[in-house]
Amino acid sequence: MIPAVFEYYRPKDMAGVLSLLEEHGDDARVMAGGHSLIPLMKLRMADVPHLIDLQDVGGLSGIDIGSDSIRIGAMVTQSDIIDHAGLASAAPILREAALQIADPQVRYMGTVGGNVANGDPGNDMPGLMQCLNATFAVIGPDGERDIPAREFYEAAYMTAREDEEVLTAVTIPLPRGGYAYEKQKRKIGDYATAAAAVQIVRDGDTCASASIAMTNLSDTPIYSEEAGTALVGTSVDDAALKAAATAMLGDIDPTEDNRGPVAFKNHVAGVILRRAIERAWSRA
Amino acid sequence: MKDDVTSREERVENLKGMGCSRKRVEDARFTQGKGNYVDDVKLDGMLFGDFVRSPYAHARITSIDTAAALKVPGVLAVLTAADLEPLGLHWMPTLAGDKQMVLADGKVLFQGQEVAFVVAEDRYAAADGIEAVDVVYEELPVLVNPFEALNSDVVLREDLVAEDGSLPDGAHGPRKHHNHIFTWEAGDKAPTEEVIANADIVAEEEMYYHRTHPCPLETCGSVASMDKVNGKLTLWGTFQAPHAIRTIVSLISGLEEHNIRVISPDIGGGFGNKVGAYPGYVCSVVASIVTGKPVKWIEDRMDNLMTTAFARDYWMKGRISATKEGKITGLHCHVTADHGGFDACADPTKFPAGFMNICTGSYDIPTAFLEVDGVYTNKAPGGVSYRCSFRVTEAVYFIERMIEVLAIKLNMDAAELRRINFIRKDQFPYTAALGWEYDSGDYHTAWDKALKTVDYDGLRAEQAQRVEDFKAGKTRKLMGIGLSFFTEIVGAGPVKNCDILGLGMFDSCEIRIHPTGSAIARLGTISQGQGHATTFAQILASEIGLPADSITIEEGDTDTAPYGLGTYGSRSTPVAGAATAMAGRKIRAKAQMIAAYLLEVHDDDVTFDVDRFVVKGAPERFKTMKEIAFAAYNQAIPGLEPGLEAVSYYDPPNMTYPFGAYVCVMDIDVDTGVPEIRRFYALDDCGTRINPMIIEGQVHGGLTEALAVALGQEIAYDDMGNCKTGTLMDFFLPTAWEVPNYETDYTVTPSPHHPIGAKGVGESPHVGGVPCFSNAVQDAFRAFGNTHTNMPHDHWRIWKTANELGLHG
Ligand SMILES: Cc1cc2nc3c(=O)[nH]c(=O)nc-3n(C[C@H](O)[C@H](O)[C@H](O)COP(=O)(O)OP(=O)(O)OC[C@H]3O[C@@H](n4cnc5c(N)ncnc54)[C@H](O)[C@@H]3O)c2cc1C
Repeated sequence: MIPAVFEYYRPKDMAGVLSLLEEHGDDARVMAGGHSLIPLMKLRMADVPHLIDLQDVGGLSGIDIGSDSIRIGAMVTQSDIIDHAGLASAAPILREAALQIADPQVRYMGTVGGNVANGDPGNDMPGLMQCLNATFAVIGPDGERDIPAREFYEAAYMTAREDEEVLTAVTIPLPRGGYAYEKQKRKIGDYATAAAAVQIVRDGDTCASASIAMTNLSDTPIYSEEAGTALVGTSVDDAALKAAATAMLGDIDPTEDNRGPVAFKNHVAGVILRRAIERAWSRA
Repeated sequence: MKDDVTSREERVENLKGMGCSRKRVEDARFTQGKGNYVDDVKLDGMLFGDFVRSPYAHARITSIDTAAALKVPGVLAVLTAADLEPLGLHWMPTLAGDKQMVLADGKVLFQGQEVAFVVAEDRYAAADGIEAVDVVYEELPVLVNPFEALNSDVVLREDLVAEDGSLPDGAHGPRKHHNHIFTWEAGDKAPTEEVIANADIVAEEEMYYHRTHPCPLETCGSVASMDKVNGKLTLWGTFQAPHAIRTIVSLISGLEEHNIRVISPDIGGGFGNKVGAYPGYVCSVVASIVTGKPVKWIEDRMDNLMTTAFARDYWMKGRISATKEGKITGLHCHVTADHGGFDACADPTKFPAGFMNICTGSYDIPTAFLEVDGVYTNKAPGGVSYRCSFRVTEAVYFIERMIEVLAIKLNMDAAELRRINFIRKDQFPYTAALGWEYDSGDYHTAWDKALKTVDYDGLRAEQAQRVEDFKAGKTRKLMGIGLSFFTEIVGAGPVKNCDILGLGMFDSCEIRIHPTGSAIARLGTISQGQGHATTFAQILASEIGLPADSITIEEGDTDTAPYGLGTYGSRSTPVAGAATAMAGRKIRAKAQMIAAYLLEVHDDDVTFDVDRFVVKGAPERFKTMKEIAFAAYNQAIPGLEPGLEAVSYYDPPNMTYPFGAYVCVMDIDVDTGVPEIRRFYALDDCGTRINPMIIEGQVHGGLTEALAVALGQEIAYDDMGNCKTGTLMDFFLPTAWEVPNYETDYTVTPSPHHPIGAKGVGESPHVGGVPCFSNAVQDAFRAFGNTHTNMPHDHWRIWKTANELGLHG
């Protein structure tokens, strides 16, 4: 498990990163925490002749909680998220989800930007960000642009980000209501068998709005608008829960792997979603 | 020290001898990162070798082009079978009497098989060299199922078919098919069939004990250094049996044995993975001879999981008969054993299925028959004893499942069924139907203690209530109570029936007492984490009366240690521990003569007391062992040679038979298949207890590996023979998170034939733990009609059981 030969760069600013990306095109990749990229390089499944480390680029590590949105720099680590008191009250679902990613060692290194930019359907943050209706800010040779998380993922490892663009921040509207991130996995350090992110707003006894996204059940994260809609206006009773699960099952497309066959994954996806909704509703 | 005022109690305490929880002397270096493992060996000019491996499970090799690899900067040589052939080293003997390709000789038989060995200045250059070797393969049909293999025209091992198409006998007799390796039988076939045919009740079951892998934290590796000036080869390696490796290297290389020095430095876990001989060892030796420089080979995790030493892979078919009251009358077991591409099982030579014939378990079963068929497939070779004595995990799993299946058939409580069939205390030594003589046991006492401690009746009542609640829709969790009562057979073994490649399985200890009353003892075993340096010093402390802290234990260097067969199969304490005690007694016998001389009394007038010899009837007249040691070297004693040394080679008269009673309480989420272990109680009886703390540590570790195997750890292949579990993402290695709290307990039934009565414990928890975890899962579904489902019980398989029983509505 030794990577092929590569050049290592550690530019001090974004301009340096962008010029390297422009110079080497397809042959270059940025590295954040390295905890998805380095394993792929070691398995020689990713060939990266020019590796650009983002660690020394300033301005990517802030967490800003505004009056109606939260901005998280791309280099904020999963562990930073867990430790941030402001985030824990402003958007507790982030902490609940981050605690279910890998193990402490990985979380000290792994970043939010890397997790969402990676494009691996197993990553937990893409679905989470879709649930929260986040926007990803990217910068490239043509300047900056924003891409909604719900439009970012095209297929496994294929995203709307261009090769020469760098993701700089994730912005989420301040989440409202109850939340839950529910994940079934085989063990610590495992990607989800099925995971559900739910954010739900209550108005008296009925559900005013609901946002639902699923992880590792298709080749991209799945934002299931219909599953959310199925809850709106209901008292989140058994019928509504069933309707939401049915809608969600219509959107996902799991494949068989060592975690189990498709029938199992569909079943578990339904169970996990139900539990996530119930927990979110109880907190709403 | 005539003014010695310490009490006898204090003197005992100072020794830190047997029975105390002496802290592990090894841990100071391990916890500070100061261990010295094979990969820590760094020699001047050392090169690094690594393998080109086959991506295919079965293919012919059309050509190997190494030209481009040799141009990679830093690459010095690329060895192929063609290079090894003139040395006769392109194949090597396996421990099971088969032979195995060192480098692919015209074809490959499993994915990951070693095809070429790239030798380079460092491991990075070697990795680049590997990429540049161009191998052309012609794919052949792949056989991953042993039953298909036995019916297939596809010949896996052409080398074992004569030119006229006939099948010469294998190492264990006639072969039935070109993919068949051996048939091995134990017990009486006809009487067993007759008993079963005439029985009141017969329960039958088929079970697959899946393929898994011991996964030591340190992978396998070696460093070979051939000194061309003095003709000496030094070989450091992850060897569980360094002396056996030295002899094998001598036999296959032609180097004289005195010119080979094998060193096992610190070993980061073995669990059977490091018993066998691997192509990497051979290639590092050849490469060092060829280049004249030291050559290192170290597996990475994928190499380790995919190629060196799998465990289990037994397809077992059982029939068990009983009276209506539940008294067992007969047992029949057939095993189809998947050995992969080469038969490289690590078993005593006369036992091609190890001690699978311990499968009558802890029960008084009058008639039994076992038949094992070994089969070649396109999977990695191995078949090692993963934290167990030879195939004992398979045997215990088999009988502990058959008992459960029989209990279901009899509609009887499984704890009670065990109780009425246990071998009684007064029946020991007990000769089982399949031939073994169990040395000692008190199963009823252990069982009663276990059931009482966990409040077994209370648990069953709670479980019955849970089933009601489940049926009433009040809960989606079922409760399982896993039981297991196991008897192991460890401490191989008596030379009369136990050898490996002709090497008798005795073991040894050599002791030197230094003049100032400290000592060094060397053994033929090698610790891989078991804490030998701690416990063997305790045995000696009690035997020779010098403090354990003054005794160095050294193992693993064949130039200094006495010959022994190494550490696996829980044999260190039963065999080398016995040798240690016996050598200690020789020291003591000479010390007695010295003491008597110094005290001016007859030899018989002194007795040993903790740390001294005392004149009988005059306790104030004594000589401490420290004083005696000094005198042994520095005082002329008529009729005695100077010095105080002893060596003992111990050929055990019998195996030892540790046993234990385990109970697991589990809650199972029927909808997700997620099990949660609420309680795990483990009572072990390993005979005399040398160090309770080390025993507890061994039990925790073994149970954790049992949990792994029962709940998810497997080596799985797809139909093309691709290994699907080559990384720790898919191969389950539990962390603290997945592991429950373990409650440990014990009874003590010493071995009557072992000098200190110890039986061995390192593997018990694994052997007893696997069926206990599995039984808990299966028991949860008993009320809904489940009789048996195969391990590993990962989430989806548990879910599948629930699904097939209609529990998902
Ligand atoms: C044992 C283990 C278990 C894991 N378990 C989980 C889990 O359960 N859930 C989970 O979600 N993740 C898991 N991970 C992945 C982990 O969270 C990674 O850290 C994360 O996926 C990637 O973040 P990173 O900062 O390490 O990115 P890197 O590995 O550095 O990069 C990943 C990819 O994103 C690109 N990239 C990184 N940053 C940027 C940027 N700013 N702009 C553009 N492209 C960028 C890189 O070029 C690369 O292609 C696990 C990892 C390991 C090793």
